[in-house]
Amino acid sequence: MEVLKISDLHVSVDGTPIINGISLTIKKGEIHAIMGRNGAGKSTLANVVMGHPAYEITSGDVSFLGKPLDDYEVHQRARSGMFLSFQYPPSIPGVQVGNFLKKSVASVRDQQLKAREFRKELNGAMEQLEMDKSFLSRYVNDGFSGGEKKRLETLQMLLLKPQLALLDETDSGLDIDALRVVSKGINQIAEDAGCLIITHYQRLLDLVKPDFVHAMIDGKIVKSGGPELAIKLEENGYDWLEA
Amino acid sequence: MSEQAHDAVGDYRYGFHDPEQSTIRFDKGLSEQVVRDISELKNEPEWMTEIRVKAYHHFVERPMPDWGNCNMLDGINFENVTYFLRSSEQTEKDWDDVPEDIKNTFERLGIPEAEQKWLGGVTAQYESEAVYHSIREDLEQQGVLFFDMDTGLKEHPEIVKKYFCSVVPYSDNKFAALNTAVWSGGSFIYVPKNVHVEMPVQAYFRINAKNMGQFERTLIIADEGSSIHYVEGCTAPTYSTDSLHSAVVELIAMDNAKIRYSTVQNWSANVYNLVTKRGIAHSNSVIEWVDGNIGSKLTMKYPAVILKGEGAHAEVISVAYAGEGQHQDAGAKVHHLAPRTTSNILSKSISKNGGRSSYRGMLQVTPKAEGCRSKIVCDALMLDDKSRSDTYPTMEVGNSTADLEHEASVSKISGDQLFYLMSRGFSEEEAMGMIVNGFFEPFTRELPMEYAVELNKLLELEMEGSIG
Repeated sequence: MEVLKISDLHVSVDGTPIINGISLTIKKGEIHAIMGRNGAGKSTLANVVMGHPAYEITSGDVSFLGKPLDDYEVHQRARSGMFLSFQYPPSIPGVQVGNFLKKSVASVRDQQLKAREFRKELNGAMEQLEMDKSFLSRYVNDGFSGGEKKRLETLQMLLLKPQLALLDETDSGLDIDALRVVSKGINQIAEDAGCLIITHYQRLLDLVKPDFVHAMIDGKIVKSGGPELAIKLEENGYDWLEA
Repeated sequence: MSEQAHDAVGDYRYGFHDPEQSTIRFDKGLSEQVVRDISELKNEPEWMTEIRVKAYHHFVERPMPDWGNCNMLDGINFENVTYFLRSSEQTEKDWDDVPEDIKNTFERLGIPEAEQKWLGGVTAQYESEAVYHSIREDLEQQGVLFFDMDTGLKEHPEIVKKYFCSVVPYSDNKFAALNTAVWSGGSFIYVPKNVHVEMPVQAYFRINAKNMGQFERTLIIADEGSSIHYVEGCTAPTYSTDSLHSAVVELIAMDNAKIRYSTVQNWSANVYNLVTKRGIAHSNSVIEWVDGNIGSKLTMKYPAVILKGEGAHAEVISVAYAGEGQHQDAGAKVHHLAPRTTSNILSKSISKNGGRSSYRGMLQVTPKAEGCRSKIVCDALMLDDKSRSDTYPTMEVGNSTADLEHEASVSKISGDQLFYLMSRGFSEEEAMGMIVNGFFEPFTRELPMEYAVELNKLLELEMEGSIG
């Protein structure tokens, strides 16, 4: 099943082209990694798929589970099974993590949660991510370290069980322990979802094995391959792709 | 609700009204005779009548404030106000004895239910007087006095005489003078030494009639080492003409006592809310004002604490929400008169749809107040470009040992926050509601839970229809 299909996508921000013709298809159970230098347009791609209002699609199509996304607002994309793990999740002062998770899960699943069942599910996921219960009473991302933010992003992903997971530099700022638990979470979700991993580094891809690796330069995918491409990019950089 | 009615009322849930029934209703307008009539009707002692009359003359002579929102203030027509309206012959102790319409109103407001669940006592005021009043037996047995103010004056004139106008003199400001002249209803509380009132006691103020003036007067005395939490709420029907609510609240915290006074003000958008609230804190006592202003047309209210005794502490947490056509002119005043007194002021305001919120604050440290500490934090959140927020802080510091902090910020809801929350399944309105509730959280967490839940719902409702 095709989870995400991007066809000749062009995207601008404030009139400046950022993505210049990308086509990409992600099927259920596939893990795709996009690598590239800063400013290549990787994060833009993830954000535009999620529906960020600052990005303008100038031409091309994006469809999700066989439906064009044009008219879907961000929250509708989330409710139909799309998830973006943020590179820099913003803080929401005054909103407690526990309450936030419950409301978020209820609105994505479109049902009232049974308190006891949800608590059980939440406890299980937190244990898996080695997160302390005290997280629940803290304010969302407020005063969190980089690693704590990424754990919370991963926790949300586990609870929301998306069909498409967009992971925007989930590995940046993580120590080795955090990287281990976070990648376990990604692998679990990837069994039943399509995954798009945006990263600079090979080290996450040692733990989460990609099926496809794409090298991105100046808003275009210039080379695609298997896991061996990631290793080559890590060793040789991107210059050899610019001919 | 008909569409027309909804257009008029908007999303204000408490805008309904009962048929106006009264057993006594004074003609509109104010004169010395009206003041004397109110006092006579209530069978008051001579000294109270005299204070009322003096206050009336002060009110007449005192010019309108030349600061604040003068344009809005000028819209008050004192001749078009009903100064006294009795809607029920007496104050009942059983809800079943309260006239049907009035009882229904308070049921819609959830008062009897709250009373059963979590309150130590309730007074429900409708127009000028309390229609219902009760206190838990155990509190009564411990010697706690909790009455509506009229009954308080009848039963304990010596206490009232000692403290009435002792914290807020009638000459304090024009509206304090007006209140002192025509006051009716409000609460009278005395907590004996070392008695801790564990459950909050609540007063609920409802205006029902058009062009009504409500002038309740509240006096709370916490004797040495005692503590009490008093909660008040207020609503009114939405009319096209204005009503006037002008209250005076006086708190006295004796040595080592603690008073917390929580307010959720949700008047309809046609009510002028001009209130003087002030407490005196003796040695090592604590006075806390937890003050929420959501409704009204114009609110001018600056809860104050006079830190008179060494080591006393003041806490003022105030939030204001100003929507279309509203001006919330709120703030806090703290006077450090004694050594080692401390205060915290946290003010948070939200302006939306052209609404305006102002923080007006006064911090005074007198020369003999050695080693004082004070922290003031003012945060304003603007939801659009047509709204307004301003701050008018004043500091008079006469002692160089004072440790003072003042932080102020104005912010907007960020696109990043909205995108993040929407990516978690929340609609834009839900996301705004969540950010707004989070912004007010330092206030709501201080409220009894039932109030906090209600307030959050209210704010979420305010966010509906705010996009587009």
